[in-house]
Amino acid sequence: MDTQAAIGEEMSKIQAADLGTGARQPRLDYPPYRSSLLRHPTKSLQQADPEMIELWAPCFGHQDAATEEADLTIQHTGQPIGERMVLSGRVTDGAGRPVAHQLVEIWQANAAGRYNHMRDQHPAPLDPNFTGVGRCLTDAGGRYRFVTIKPGPYPWRNHHNAWRPAHIHFSLFGSDFTQRLITQMYFPGDPLLALDPIHQSITDPRARERLVCAYDHELSTPEFNTGYRWDIVLTGARRTPTEDQP
Amino acid sequence: MTTPGQTVGPFFHLAVPHRGDELVPPAHPDAVRLHGFVLDGKGDPVPDAMLEIWQPDPQGRVVRAGGSLRRDGWTFTGWGRTSTDSAGHYSFCTLRPGAAAPGRAPFIAVTVFARGLTDRLFTRAYLPGDPAVLAADPLLSGLEPDRRATLIATGEPRGLAFDIRLQGDRETVFLDFRGYA
Repeated sequence: MDTQAAIGEEMSKIQAADLGTGARQPRLDYPPYRSSLLRHPTKSLQQADPEMIELWAPCFGHQDAATEEADLTIQHTGQPIGERMVLSGRVTDGAGRPVAHQLVEIWQANAAGRYNHMRDQHPAPLDPNFTGVGRCLTDAGGRYRFVTIKPGPYPWRNHHNAWRPAHIHFSLFGSDFTQRLITQMYFPGDPLLALDPIHQSITDPRARERLVCAYDHELSTPEFNTGYRWDIVLTGARRTPTEDQP
Repeated sequence: MTTPGQTVGPFFHLAVPHRGDELVPPAHPDAVRLHGFVLDGKGDPVPDAMLEIWQPDPQGRVVRAGGSLRRDGWTFTGWGRTSTDSAGHYSFCTLRPGAAAPGRAPFIAVTVFARGLTDRLFTRAYLPGDPAVLAADPLLSGLEPDRRATLIATGEPRGLAFDIRLQGDRETVFLDFRGYA
């Protein structure tokens, strides 16, 4: 298996080559992330005009996301172990308009860095009081809010002694199908970010920074939870909100 | 600045509500199965991909109904999500989409996510049908025949077969809407 130093060298070379290209999305072709080698398209993406169905996003309602599902700490009989945190922010489109009443989904590891998933065999404890899945709908202003615990970092087998920085997976929809986004949110000051080929597959440092939340003391509650803020900007919507009938 | 994407990773199953997603029950008289394999650059199955579909109803109308994650068994929502199984196979039970306008080629919009795929990919599964209608489609008409073929599902008595190749000779055509976003 490659060393972290070898992976680091590969990552530096690609970043240097991409400098100033303005590439703000992850590279589909990013060899330091070994699992991507056989799983990225090698032909260029085909430019396409979105057609009617692609100008609309699927519609979700309260039957899809009950209010309690936004609190990942109350899904079992006891309290999960870890740093209890409120995570809140706004979802807007490229023009700064709020993405209202739309589904936000998250999934994450527990405080020890273990997913409640058969395929995760990392020898860290499962928490019987933590599943790690949450859902909510944004409000009229595009705001979302979850209560959860801070996930731990965990090892993976990309290279020798590889560790994923602590992160929360986010799934977002906009008003158009073309705005679909699945991403990962990270925590400020994490030394593992610079070592991680998944995070570094976005070669623009400013674009990478968009995935790091901020500690927000206003979201902390005395003697109960810390608070983090993370705002999400989707690509621009082509359809305007006034065109509300298909 | 737009928030960039990241891979869905290997643990998305936690958030996937349906295995072999049924947008309509298989007993529905018009039910069809959209299914196929997701394959990597070696032609090996991808057992940890997540797929989403989004389509109009059989009359070509965009559906504005919630309930895609918790289905009531009666409402066709036009949206579904599933994951590939250990053999790299996926399956949706759905209805044939109608054309957006007379003379247009009907298709199902597909989004592909997988471990190892750093960002989502968009594509379309066109219904097989009138060659003249398919040939007139603005997207299909701009593609070489072998590339075009990757976007057209194969008809079955009660189904549509649509394989997705992430890489290689018969790599599926993936779409970039960014210029229009």
